[in-house]
Amino acid sequence: MGWWERAYLPEIIRGLAITGGVFLKNMGRWMSFRKGALTTYYPEETRPDYARNNRGKHVLTQRPDGRPQCVACNMCATVCPAKVIEIEAAFDPDDPAHPKYPARFEIDYSRCIFCGLCVEACPEDAIRMVKEVPDLPSHDREHMWLSLDELLHWRPQSDVAKPYPPKGGEAKARP
Amino acid sequence: MQDLVVHLVFIGYAVAVLLLFGTVLTWVERKQAAIMSDRIGANRAYVRIPFTRVKLVWWGLFHGLADGLKMMLKEDWRPNAYDRFAYALAPWVVFTPVLLVFAVIPFGGTLVPGKLLHGVPELAAWFGDRAYPMQIARLDAGLLVVFAFAGLTIIGAMLAGWSSSNKFSLLGALRAGSQMISYELIMGLSILGLILVYGTVDLDAIARSQSAVLFGFLPAWGIFLQPFAATLFLTAAIAENKRIPFDLPEAESELIAGYYTEYSAMKMGLFMFAEFIEIAIVAALFTTLFLGGYNLPFMTDDGFVFPGGHLVPLGHTAIVVIQLASFLAKVLFMASFQILIRWTLPRFRWDQLLRFAWKFMFPLAFANLTVTAVAVWALHA
Repeated sequence: MGWWERAYLPEIIRGLAITGGVFLKNMGRWMSFRKGALTTYYPEETRPDYARNNRGKHVLTQRPDGRPQCVACNMCATVCPAKVIEIEAAFDPDDPAHPKYPARFEIDYSRCIFCGLCVEACPEDAIRMVKEVPDLPSHDREHMWLSLDELLHWRPQSDVAKPYPPKGGEAKARP
Repeated sequence: MQDLVVHLVFIGYAVAVLLLFGTVLTWVERKQAAIMSDRIGANRAYVRIPFTRVKLVWWGLFHGLADGLKMMLKEDWRPNAYDRFAYALAPWVVFTPVLLVFAVIPFGGTLVPGKLLHGVPELAAWFGDRAYPMQIARLDAGLLVVFAFAGLTIIGAMLAGWSSSNKFSLLGALRAGSQMISYELIMGLSILGLILVYGTVDLDAIARSQSAVLFGFLPAWGIFLQPFAATLFLTAAIAENKRIPFDLPEAESELIAGYYTEYSAMKMGLFMFAEFIEIAIVAALFTTLFLGGYNLPFMTDDGFVFPGGHLVPLGHTAIVVIQLASFLAKVLFMASFQILIRWTLPRFRWDQLLRFAWKFMFPLAFANLTVTAVAVWALHA
Protein backbone atom coordinates (compact mmCIF):
# COMPACT_ATOMS: atom_id res chain seq x y z
CA MET A 1 0.00 0.00 0.00
CA GLY A 2 1.26 3.44 -0.87
CA TRP A 3 0.77 6.43 1.36
CA TRP A 4 -2.34 7.39 -0.62
CA GLU A 5 -3.99 4.07 0.16
CA ARG A 6 -2.78 4.11 3.76
CA ALA A 7 -4.55 7.42 4.30
CA TYR A 8 -7.82 5.42 4.33
CA LEU A 9 -10.11 8.30 3.43
CA PRO A 10 -9.60 8.53 -0.37
CA GLU A 11 -9.99 4.78 -0.79
CA ILE A 12 -13.04 4.74 1.48
CA ILE A 13 -14.61 7.51 -0.58
CA ARG A 14 -13.85 5.54 -3.74
CA GLY A 15 -15.54 2.48 -2.26
CA LEU A 16 -18.53 4.48 -1.13
CA ALA A 17 -18.82 5.98 -4.60
CA ILE A 18 -18.96 2.51 -6.14
CA THR A 19 -21.59 1.11 -3.78
CA GLY A 20 -23.52 4.37 -3.71
CA GLY A 21 -23.46 4.46 -7.51
CA VAL A 22 -24.90 0.96 -7.72
CA PHE A 23 -27.52 1.94 -5.16
CA LEU A 24 -28.57 5.06 -7.08
CA LYS A 25 -28.65 3.19 -10.39
CA ASN A 26 -30.85 0.41 -9.02
CA MET A 27 -33.00 2.86 -7.06
CA GLY A 28 -33.54 4.87 -10.25
CA ARG A 29 -34.72 1.70 -11.97
CA TRP A 30 -37.16 0.92 -9.14
CA MET A 31 -38.46 4.49 -9.09
CA SER A 32 -39.18 4.39 -12.83
CA PHE A 33 -41.18 1.14 -12.45
CA ARG A 34 -38.47 -1.09 -13.84
CA LYS A 35 -36.78 -3.89 -12.00
CA GLY A 36 -33.52 -2.94 -10.29
CA ALA A 37 -32.45 -6.41 -9.24
CA LEU A 38 -31.38 -9.68 -10.76
CA THR A 39 -33.65 -11.66 -8.44
CA THR A 40 -36.79 -13.35 -9.74
CA TYR A 41 -39.88 -13.44 -7.54
CA TYR A 42 -39.95 -17.22 -7.42
CA PRO A 43 -42.46 -18.94 -7.50
CA GLU A 44 -44.71 -16.17 -8.81
CA GLU A 45 -42.20 -15.51 -11.54
CA THR A 46 -39.80 -17.90 -13.25
CA ARG A 47 -36.79 -17.17 -15.34
CA PRO A 48 -37.32 -17.61 -19.07
CA ASP A 49 -33.73 -18.61 -19.63
CA TYR A 50 -33.54 -22.14 -18.23
CA ALA A 51 -30.93 -24.21 -20.05
CA ARG A 52 -32.39 -26.24 -22.92
CA ASN A 53 -31.33 -29.52 -21.33
CA ASN A 54 -32.25 -28.58 -17.78
CA ARG A 55 -33.79 -31.49 -15.89
CA GLY A 56 -37.02 -30.27 -14.37
CA LYS A 57 -40.45 -31.66 -13.59
CA HIS A 58 -41.40 -35.09 -14.94
CA VAL A 59 -43.99 -35.79 -17.60
CA LEU A 60 -45.55 -39.19 -18.21
CA THR A 61 -46.21 -39.56 -21.91
CA GLN A 62 -49.65 -40.58 -23.14
CA ARG A 63 -50.78 -43.06 -25.73
CA PRO A 64 -53.05 -41.70 -28.46
CA ASP A 65 -56.06 -42.74 -26.37
CA GLY A 66 -54.79 -40.88 -23.34
CA ARG A 67 -53.61 -43.82 -21.23
CA PRO A 68 -50.05 -43.71 -19.80
CA GLN A 69 -47.40 -45.24 -21.98
CA CYS A 70 -45.83 -46.69 -18.81
CA VAL A 71 -45.83 -50.48 -18.57
CA ALA A 72 -45.06 -50.52 -14.84
CA CYS A 73 -41.76 -52.33 -15.31
CA ASN A 74 -40.29 -50.61 -12.24
CA MET A 75 -36.97 -49.85 -13.99
CA CYS A 76 -37.14 -46.17 -13.04
CA ALA A 77 -38.06 -46.97 -9.45
CA THR A 78 -35.13 -49.41 -9.27
CA VAL A 79 -32.55 -47.04 -10.72
CA CYS A 80 -33.74 -44.03 -8.74
CA PRO A 81 -30.91 -43.17 -6.30
CA ALA A 82 -33.24 -41.25 -4.01
CA LYS A 83 -35.95 -43.95 -4.05
CA VAL A 84 -38.70 -41.44 -4.68
CA ILE A 85 -40.74 -43.28 -7.34
CA GLU A 86 -43.52 -45.56 -6.18
CA ILE A 87 -45.32 -47.70 -8.74
CA GLU A 88 -48.19 -50.09 -8.13
CA ALA A 89 -48.71 -52.33 -11.17
CA ALA A 90 -52.07 -53.68 -12.23
CA PHE A 91 -53.33 -56.15 -14.84
CA ASP A 92 -55.51 -55.12 -17.77
CA PRO A 93 -56.91 -58.24 -19.62
CA ASP A 94 -58.54 -56.02 -22.27
CA ASP A 95 -55.20 -54.92 -23.72
CA PRO A 96 -53.17 -57.97 -24.75
CA ALA A 97 -50.32 -55.83 -26.14
CA HIS A 98 -49.76 -54.10 -22.77
CA PRO A 99 -51.39 -56.12 -20.06
CA LYS A 100 -49.43 -54.40 -17.27
CA TYR A 101 -50.17 -50.79 -16.42
CA PRO A 102 -49.51 -48.53 -13.42
CA ALA A 103 -52.48 -48.22 -11.10
CA ARG A 104 -50.51 -45.83 -9.00
CA PHE A 105 -47.39 -43.87 -10.04
CA GLU A 106 -46.14 -41.30 -7.58
CA ILE A 107 -43.03 -39.17 -7.30
CA ASP A 108 -41.98 -37.55 -4.04
CA TYR A 109 -40.54 -34.21 -5.08
CA SER A 110 -39.38 -33.39 -1.57
CA ARG A 111 -36.63 -35.96 -2.08
CA CYS A 112 -36.18 -36.06 -5.86
CA ILE A 113 -32.66 -35.01 -6.85
CA PHE A 114 -33.49 -34.39 -10.53
CA CYS A 115 -30.67 -36.65 -11.74
CA GLY A 116 -32.59 -37.85 -14.80
CA LEU A 117 -31.67 -41.54 -14.35
CA CYS A 118 -35.34 -42.54 -14.51
CA VAL A 119 -35.61 -40.98 -17.95
CA GLU A 120 -32.52 -42.84 -19.12
CA ALA A 121 -33.69 -46.13 -17.67
CA CYS A 122 -37.17 -46.09 -19.18
CA PRO A 123 -37.48 -48.62 -22.05
CA GLU A 124 -40.76 -47.20 -23.28
CA ASP A 125 -40.05 -43.44 -23.34
CA ALA A 126 -42.86 -43.22 -20.82
CA ILE A 127 -41.18 -40.72 -18.50
CA ARG A 128 -39.60 -37.48 -19.59
CA MET A 129 -38.34 -34.33 -17.96
CA VAL A 130 -39.16 -30.81 -19.13
CA LYS A 131 -36.81 -27.95 -18.41
CA GLU A 132 -39.16 -26.01 -16.11
CA VAL A 133 -40.09 -26.79 -12.51
CA PRO A 134 -43.50 -25.13 -12.12
CA ASP A 135 -45.64 -25.31 -8.96
CA LEU A 136 -43.26 -27.57 -7.06
CA PRO A 137 -42.80 -25.49 -3.86
CA SER A 138 -45.35 -26.31 -1.22
CA HIS A 139 -46.06 -25.74 2.45
CA ASP A 140 -46.14 -29.40 3.51
CA ARG A 141 -44.68 -32.71 2.43
CA GLU A 142 -48.02 -34.32 1.50
CA HIS A 143 -48.43 -31.84 -1.31
CA MET A 144 -45.04 -32.72 -2.72
CA TRP A 145 -46.18 -36.21 -3.71
CA LEU A 146 -47.38 -35.85 -7.28
CA SER A 147 -49.80 -38.49 -8.55
CA LEU A 148 -50.17 -40.30 -11.87
CA ASP A 149 -52.98 -38.00 -12.85
CA GLU A 150 -50.96 -34.84 -12.30
CA LEU A 151 -47.86 -36.20 -14.05
CA LEU A 152 -49.89 -37.39 -17.01
CA HIS A 153 -51.94 -34.30 -17.54
CA TRP A 154 -50.09 -31.20 -16.32
CA ARG A 155 -48.43 -30.85 -19.70
CA PRO A 156 -49.68 -33.63 -22.04
CA GLN A 157 -46.98 -35.16 -24.22
CA SER A 158 -47.08 -38.23 -26.39
CA ASP A 159 -44.48 -40.33 -28.16
CA VAL A 160 -44.90 -39.75 -31.88
CA ALA A 161 -42.53 -42.65 -32.67
CA LYS A 162 -44.95 -45.16 -31.16
CA PRO A 163 -48.41 -44.64 -32.65
CA TYR A 164 -50.01 -47.57 -30.85
CA PRO A 165 -53.43 -48.52 -32.08
CA PRO A 166 -55.99 -47.67 -29.47
CA LYS A 167 -57.08 -50.43 -27.16
CA GLY A 168 -59.67 -52.75 -28.69
CA GLY A 169 -59.05 -51.40 -32.20
CA GLU A 170 -61.12 -48.25 -31.80
CA ALA A 171 -60.58 -44.90 -30.09
CA LYS A 172 -61.78 -45.17 -26.52
CA ALA A 173 -61.04 -42.24 -24.30
CA ARG A 174 -60.28 -43.16 -20.73
CA PRO A 175 -61.73 -40.88 -18.13
CA MET B 1 -49.45 24.04 33.41
CA GLN B 2 -48.83 25.29 29.87
CA ASP B 3 -45.18 24.27 30.21
CA LEU B 4 -46.20 20.78 31.27
CA VAL B 5 -48.52 20.32 28.29
CA VAL B 6 -45.94 21.55 25.79
CA HIS B 7 -43.18 19.43 27.25
CA LEU B 8 -45.36 16.34 27.34
CA VAL B 9 -46.07 16.91 23.65
CA PHE B 10 -42.33 17.27 22.98
CA ILE B 11 -41.50 14.11 24.91
CA GLY B 12 -44.22 12.18 23.12
CA TYR B 13 -42.95 13.42 19.77
CA ALA B 14 -39.33 12.55 20.57
CA VAL B 15 -40.12 9.05 21.84
CA ALA B 16 -42.40 8.39 18.88
CA VAL B 17 -39.76 9.58 16.44
CA LEU B 18 -37.03 7.47 18.06
CA LEU B 19 -39.07 4.28 18.21
CA LEU B 20 -40.24 4.84 14.66
CA PHE B 21 -36.66 5.32 13.52
CA GLY B 22 -35.63 2.18 15.39
CA THR B 23 -38.23 0.15 13.51
CA VAL B 24 -38.01 1.80 10.13
CA LEU B 25 -34.21 1.72 10.07
CA THR B 26 -34.24 -2.09 10.23
CA TRP B 27 -36.29 -1.97 7.04
CA VAL B 28 -34.10 0.73 5.49
CA GLU B 29 -31.01 -1.31 6.29
CA ARG B 30 -32.41 -4.46 4.72
CA LYS B 31 -33.71 -2.76 1.62
CA GLN B 32 -30.72 -0.51 1.09
CA ALA B 33 -28.29 -3.39 1.46
CA ALA B 34 -30.36 -5.39 -0.99
CA ILE B 35 -30.57 -2.63 -3.57
CA MET B 36 -26.85 -1.93 -3.23
CA SER B 37 -26.13 -5.55 -4.12
CA ASP B 38 -28.65 -5.98 -6.96
CA ARG B 39 -31.16 -7.84 -4.82
CA ILE B 40 -34.78 -7.18 -3.90
CA GLY B 41 -34.65 -7.55 -0.14
CA ALA B 42 -37.18 -8.78 2.37
CA ASN B 43 -40.63 -8.65 0.77
CA ARG B 44 -42.68 -11.58 1.99
CA ALA B 45 -44.21 -10.45 5.30
CA TYR B 46 -47.68 -9.04 4.89
CA VAL B 47 -50.65 -7.84 6.89
CA ARG B 48 -53.94 -9.27 5.70
CA ILE B 49 -56.99 -7.08 6.18
CA PRO B 50 -59.36 -9.22 8.28
CA PHE B 51 -62.18 -11.04 6.47
CA THR B 52 -60.75 -10.17 3.06
CA ARG B 53 -58.10 -11.60 0.84
CA VAL B 54 -56.31 -8.24 0.56
CA LYS B 55 -52.68 -8.62 1.56
CA LEU B 56 -50.68 -5.49 2.29
CA VAL B 57 -47.04 -6.15 1.52
CA TRP B 58 -45.84 -2.54 1.24
CA TRP B 59 -42.34 -3.37 0.04
CA GLY B 60 -41.67 -5.55 3.06
CA LEU B 61 -42.28 -2.80 5.59
CA PHE B 62 -43.96 -5.27 7.94
CA HIS B 63 -40.87 -7.41 8.37
CA GLY B 64 -39.85 -5.19 11.28
CA LEU B 65 -43.23 -5.86 12.88
CA ALA B 66 -42.83 -9.58 12.32
CA ASP B 67 -39.36 -9.47 13.89
CA GLY B 68 -40.66 -7.62 16.93
CA LEU B 69 -43.49 -10.12 17.37
CA LYS B 70 -41.09 -13.03 17.03
CA MET B 71 -38.73 -11.57 19.63
CA MET B 72 -41.59 -11.06 22.09
CA LEU B 73 -42.93 -14.59 21.69
CA LYS B 74 -39.61 -16.45 21.72
CA GLU B 75 -38.44 -18.43 24.70
CA ASP B 76 -36.35 -16.29 27.02
CA TRP B 77 -33.50 -18.77 27.44
CA ARG B 78 -30.97 -18.07 30.18
CA PRO B 79 -27.55 -19.62 30.75
CA ASN B 80 -27.17 -21.81 33.81
CA ALA B 81 -24.36 -20.04 35.64
CA TYR B 82 -24.86 -16.35 35.40
CA ASP B 83 -25.12 -13.25 37.53
CA ARG B 84 -28.89 -12.98 37.66
CA PHE B 85 -29.21 -9.30 38.52
CA ALA B 86 -26.57 -7.90 36.17
CA TYR B 87 -27.78 -10.16 33.37
CA ALA B 88 -31.30 -8.76 33.58
CA LEU B 89 -30.10 -5.20 34.01
CA ALA B 90 -27.59 -5.04 31.13
CA PRO B 91 -29.95 -4.64 28.14
CA TRP B 92 -31.68 -1.75 29.88
CA VAL B 93 -28.37 -0.09 30.73
CA VAL B 94 -27.57 -0.20 27.03
CA PHE B 95 -31.01 0.86 25.87
CA THR B 96 -31.96 3.69 28.25
CA PRO B 97 -28.99 6.08 27.83
CA VAL B 98 -29.41 5.84 24.07
CA LEU B 99 -32.95 7.17 24.41
CA LEU B 100 -31.89 9.79 26.97
CA VAL B 101 -29.33 11.36 24.64
CA PHE B 102 -32.14 12.62 22.46
CA ALA B 103 -33.45 14.77 25.31
CA VAL B 104 -30.91 17.52 24.65
CA ILE B 105 -30.99 17.43 20.84
CA PRO B 106 -33.10 20.26 19.40
CA PHE B 107 -35.47 18.97 16.73
CA GLY B 108 -36.91 22.36 15.82
CA GLY B 109 -36.56 26.08 16.41
CA THR B 110 -38.74 28.13 18.72
CA LEU B 111 -42.34 27.10 19.11
CA VAL B 112 -44.95 29.72 20.01
CA PRO B 113 -48.12 27.72 20.66
CA GLY B 114 -50.21 30.92 20.77
CA LYS B 115 -49.34 31.66 17.16
CA LEU B 116 -49.62 28.08 16.06
CA LEU B 117 -53.13 27.68 17.49
CA HIS B 118 -54.54 31.04 16.39
CA GLY B 119 -57.49 29.15 14.86
CA VAL B 120 -58.66 28.26 18.37
CA PRO B 121 -58.81 31.59 20.27
CA GLU B 122 -59.37 30.04 23.72
CA LEU B 123 -56.25 27.87 23.47
CA ALA B 124 -54.25 30.68 21.91
CA ALA B 125 -55.23 32.99 24.76
CA TRP B 126 -54.38 30.29 27.31
CA PHE B 127 -50.88 29.95 25.90
CA GLY B 128 -50.42 33.71 25.49
CA ASP B 129 -47.10 34.58 23.91
CA ARG B 130 -45.02 31.93 25.64
CA ALA B 131 -42.22 30.56 23.46
CA TYR B 132 -40.52 27.20 23.80
CA PRO B 133 -37.38 25.90 22.13
CA MET B 134 -38.31 22.59 20.46
CA GLN B 135 -36.13 20.38 22.62
CA ILE B 136 -37.04 18.28 25.62
CA ALA B 137 -34.43 19.73 27.95
CA ARG B 138 -32.62 22.93 27.10
CA LEU B 139 -29.44 22.50 29.09
CA ASP B 140 -26.43 24.79 28.98
CA ALA B 141 -24.25 21.68 29.12
CA GLY B 142 -26.06 19.96 26.26
CA LEU B 143 -23.06 18.44 24.52
CA LEU B 144 -21.53 17.27 27.80
CA VAL B 145 -24.78 15.48 28.65
CA VAL B 146 -24.60 13.73 25.31
CA PHE B 147 -21.11 12.45 26.08
CA ALA B 148 -22.05 11.49 29.63
CA PHE B 149 -24.97 9.34 28.48
CA ALA B 150 -23.15 7.92 25.47
CA GLY B 151 -20.40 6.79 27.84
CA LEU B 152 -22.93 4.87 29.94
CA THR B 153 -23.61 2.33 27.22
CA ILE B 154 -20.08 0.91 27.75
CA ILE B 155 -21.20 -0.16 31.21
CA GLY B 156 -24.14 -2.01 29.75
CA ALA B 157 -21.97 -3.86 27.25
CA MET B 158 -19.42 -4.78 29.92
CA LEU B 159 -22.19 -5.89 32.31
CA ALA B 160 -23.74 -8.08 29.63
CA GLY B 161 -20.42 -9.72 28.79
CA TRP B 162 -19.43 -10.26 32.41
CA SER B 163 -22.72 -11.50 33.77
CA SER B 164 -23.51 -14.12 31.14
CA SER B 165 -20.43 -16.18 32.15
CA ASN B 166 -19.41 -17.12 28.64
CA LYS B 167 -15.91 -16.69 27.30
CA PHE B 168 -17.11 -15.31 23.98
CA SER B 169 -19.25 -12.78 25.81
CA LEU B 170 -16.36 -11.80 28.04
CA LEU B 171 -14.02 -11.33 25.08
CA GLY B 172 -16.66 -9.26 23.34
CA ALA B 173 -17.15 -7.14 26.43
CA LEU B 174 -13.41 -6.55 26.77
CA ARG B 175 -13.22 -5.51 23.16
CA ALA B 176 -16.28 -3.29 23.54
CA GLY B 177 -14.76 -1.62 26.58
CA SER B 178 -11.38 -0.80 25.08
CA GLN B 179 -12.83 0.17 21.71
CA MET B 180 -15.49 2.46 23.10
CA ILE B 181 -13.14 4.19 25.50
CA SER B 182 -10.61 4.80 22.71
CA TYR B 183 -13.15 6.19 20.31
CA GLU B 184 -15.01 8.19 22.95
CA LEU B 185 -11.80 10.14 23.42
CA ILE B 186 -11.48 10.83 19.69
CA MET B 187 -15.13 11.85 19.50
CA GLY B 188 -14.60 14.33 22.31
CA LEU B 189 -11.39 15.71 20.82
CA SER B 190 -12.95 16.18 17.39
CA ILE B 191 -15.87 18.06 18.91
CA LEU B 192 -13.62 20.33 20.98
CA GLY B 193 -12.63 22.27 17.85
CA LEU B 194 -16.29 22.87 17.10
CA ILE B 195 -16.90 24.09 20.63
CA LEU B 196 -14.01 26.53 20.23
CA VAL B 197 -15.54 27.88 17.02
CA TYR B 198 -19.06 28.27 18.37
CA GLY B 199 -18.04 29.16 21.90
CA THR B 200 -20.80 27.13 23.52
CA VAL B 201 -21.84 23.57 24.32
CA ASP B 202 -25.54 24.38 24.18
CA LEU B 203 -26.80 22.37 21.21
CA ASP B 204 -29.63 24.77 20.38
CA ALA B 205 -27.21 27.71 20.29
CA ILE B 206 -24.87 25.68 18.06
CA ALA B 207 -27.74 24.90 15.68
CA ARG B 208 -28.81 28.55 15.59
CA SER B 209 -25.35 29.92 14.91
CA GLN B 210 -25.19 27.72 11.79
CA SER B 211 -27.83 29.91 10.13
CA ALA B 212 -25.12 32.49 9.48
CA VAL B 213 -23.41 32.88 6.11
CA LEU B 214 -19.77 32.13 5.37
CA PHE B 215 -17.76 34.06 2.73
CA GLY B 216 -21.01 35.53 1.45
CA PHE B 217 -22.47 32.38 -0.11
CA LEU B 218 -21.82 29.28 1.99
CA PRO B 219 -24.18 28.40 4.87
CA ALA B 220 -22.07 28.40 8.05
CA TRP B 221 -22.57 24.70 8.66
CA GLY B 222 -20.15 22.85 10.90
CA ILE B 223 -19.14 20.58 8.03
CA PHE B 224 -17.78 23.61 6.12
CA LEU B 225 -16.14 25.13 9.18
CA GLN B 226 -14.64 21.90 10.47
CA PRO B 227 -14.55 19.28 7.68
CA PHE B 228 -11.85 17.21 9.40
CA ALA B 229 -13.74 17.21 12.66
CA ALA B 230 -16.88 16.08 10.82
CA THR B 231 -15.09 13.09 9.31
CA LEU B 232 -13.40 12.16 12.56
CA PHE B 233 -16.62 12.55 14.52
CA LEU B 234 -18.61 10.36 12.13
CA THR B 235 -15.92 7.67 12.17
CA ALA B 236 -15.65 7.69 15.94
CA ALA B 237 -19.43 7.69 16.29
CA ILE B 238 -19.77 4.62 14.08
CA ALA B 239 -17.06 2.96 16.16
CA GLU B 240 -18.99 3.93 19.30
CA ASN B 241 -22.05 2.27 17.84
CA LYS B 242 -19.99 -0.90 17.21
CA ARG B 243 -21.11 -1.33 13.63
CA ILE B 244 -19.09 -2.59 10.68
CA PRO B 245 -16.23 -1.71 10.02
CA PHE B 246 -15.80 -1.44 13.79
CA ASP B 247 -18.00 -4.33 14.94
CA LEU B 248 -15.20 -6.26 16.65
CA PRO B 249 -17.12 -6.62 19.95
CA GLU B 250 -19.84 -8.60 18.18
CA ALA B 251 -17.83 -10.06 15.31
CA GLU B 252 -19.89 -13.11 14.48
CA SER B 253 -17.12 -15.01 12.72
CA GLU B 254 -14.93 -14.84 15.80
CA LEU B 255 -17.17 -14.32 18.82
CA ILE B 256 -20.62 -15.63 17.79
CA ALA B 257 -22.45 -12.48 18.88
CA GLY B 258 -19.89 -10.98 21.25
CA TYR B 259 -21.17 -9.60 24.51
CA TYR B 260 -24.80 -10.59 23.87
CA THR B 261 -24.15 -14.18 22.84
CA GLU B 262 -26.13 -15.51 25.80
CA TYR B 263 -29.13 -13.26 25.32
CA SER B 264 -32.27 -14.40 23.61
CA ALA B 265 -35.76 -13.19 22.78
CA MET B 266 -36.60 -9.58 23.61
CA LYS B 267 -33.44 -9.02 25.68
CA MET B 268 -31.39 -9.62 22.55
CA GLY B 269 -33.97 -7.53 20.69
CA LEU B 270 -33.25 -4.63 23.03
CA PHE B 271 -29.56 -4.73 22.12
CA MET B 272 -30.42 -4.68 18.44
CA PHE B 273 -33.06 -2.00 18.92
CA ALA B 274 -30.59 0.15 20.87
CA GLU B 275 -28.12 -0.22 18.03
CA PHE B 276 -30.63 0.98 15.46
CA ILE B 277 -31.81 3.87 17.63
CA GLU B 278 -28.18 4.80 18.13
CA ILE B 279 -27.84 5.12 14.35
CA ALA B 280 -30.63 7.68 14.49
CA ILE B 281 -29.00 9.40 17.49
CA VAL B 282 -25.63 9.62 15.78
CA ALA B 283 -27.38 10.98 12.70
CA ALA B 284 -29.26 13.54 14.81
CA LEU B 285 -26.08 14.62 16.58
CA PHE B 286 -24.21 14.93 13.32
CA THR B 287 -27.08 16.93 11.87
CA THR B 288 -27.15 19.28 14.83
CA LEU B 289 -23.40 19.78 15.00
CA PHE B 290 -22.39 19.76 11.35
CA LEU B 291 -25.39 20.02 9.06
CA GLY B 292 -27.09 23.15 10.35
CA GLY B 293 -29.46 21.38 12.72
CA TYR B 294 -33.14 21.76 11.98
CA ASN B 295 -32.71 24.78 9.69
CA LEU B 296 -32.50 24.67 5.94
CA PRO B 297 -29.58 26.69 4.52
CA PHE B 298 -29.98 30.45 5.09
CA MET B 299 -33.02 29.84 7.29
CA THR B 300 -33.73 31.38 10.69
CA ASP B 301 -36.78 31.42 12.95
CA ASP B 302 -38.26 34.30 10.92
CA GLY B 303 -37.81 33.06 7.37
CA PHE B 304 -35.10 32.78 4.75
CA VAL B 305 -32.31 35.34 4.50
CA PHE B 306 -30.53 34.63 1.24
CA PRO B 307 -27.04 35.97 0.59
CA GLY B 308 -27.38 39.38 -1.01
CA GLY B 309 -29.97 40.47 1.54
CA HIS B 310 -33.10 38.87 0.07
CA LEU B 311 -35.51 38.30 2.93
CA VAL B 312 -38.35 35.84 2.50
CA PRO B 313 -40.48 35.98 5.66
CA LEU B 314 -42.62 32.94 6.44
CA GLY B 315 -45.53 32.33 8.80
CA HIS B 316 -44.86 30.63 12.13
CA THR B 317 -46.69 27.42 11.19
CA ALA B 318 -44.74 27.08 7.93
CA ILE B 319 -41.46 27.63 9.78
CA VAL B 320 -42.24 24.99 12.40
CA VAL B 321 -43.31 22.44 9.80
CA ILE B 322 -40.24 23.11 7.62
CA GLN B 323 -37.92 22.83 10.61
CA LEU B 324 -39.40 19.55 11.85
CA ALA B 325 -39.41 18.07 8.35
CA SER B 326 -35.90 19.19 7.46
CA PHE B 327 -34.55 17.78 10.73
CA LEU B 328 -36.16 14.42 10.03
CA ALA B 329 -34.96 14.45 6.41
CA LYS B 330 -31.39 15.23 7.43
CA VAL B 331 -31.43 12.54 10.11
CA LEU B 332 -32.77 10.00 7.63
CA PHE B 333 -30.10 10.97 5.12
CA MET B 334 -27.31 10.59 7.66
CA ALA B 335 -28.73 7.26 8.87
CA SER B 336 -28.83 6.05 5.30
CA PHE B 337 -25.23 7.23 4.82
CA GLN B 338 -24.15 5.21 7.87
CA ILE B 339 -25.86 2.17 6.43
CA LEU B 340 -24.03 2.78 3.15
CA ILE B 341 -20.75 2.76 5.06
CA ARG B 342 -21.74 -0.37 6.94
CA TRP B 343 -22.44 -2.30 3.73
CA THR B 344 -19.34 -1.03 1.91
CA LEU B 345 -16.36 -1.49 4.20
CA PRO B 346 -14.89 -4.72 5.54
CA ARG B 347 -14.18 -5.24 9.22
CA PHE B 348 -10.90 -4.18 10.80
CA ARG B 349 -8.60 -6.59 12.58
CA TRP B 350 -8.44 -5.99 16.32
CA ASP B 351 -4.88 -4.62 16.42
CA GLN B 352 -5.60 -2.50 13.34
CA LEU B 353 -8.63 -1.08 15.08
CA LEU B 354 -6.73 0.16 18.11
CA ARG B 355 -3.74 1.29 16.05
CA PHE B 356 -6.15 3.22 13.83
CA ALA B 357 -7.62 4.92 16.89
CA TRP B 358 -4.43 5.84 18.71
CA LYS B 359 -1.85 6.31 15.96
CA PHE B 360 -4.00 7.71 13.17
CA MET B 361 -7.16 9.37 14.39
CA PHE B 362 -5.89 10.63 17.74
CA PRO B 363 -3.03 12.71 16.24
CA LEU B 364 -5.36 13.96 13.50
CA ALA B 365 -7.96 15.05 16.01
CA PHE B 366 -5.25 16.73 18.04
CA ALA B 367 -3.86 18.50 14.98
CA ASN B 368 -7.34 19.64 14.04
CA LEU B 369 -7.87 21.00 17.53
CA THR B 370 -4.53 22.84 17.49
CA VAL B 371 -5.12 24.43 14.11
CA THR B 372 -8.63 25.48 15.15
CA ALA B 373 -7.38 26.95 18.41
CA VAL B 374 -4.69 28.96 16.63
CA ALA B 375 -7.15 30.14 13.98
CA VAL B 376 -9.77 31.19 16.55
CA TRP B 377 -7.11 32.96 18.59
CA ALA B 378 -5.78 34.76 15.49
CA LEU B 379 -9.28 35.85 14.43
CA HIS B 380 -10.18 37.14 17.87
CA ALA B 381 -6.86 38.82 18.58
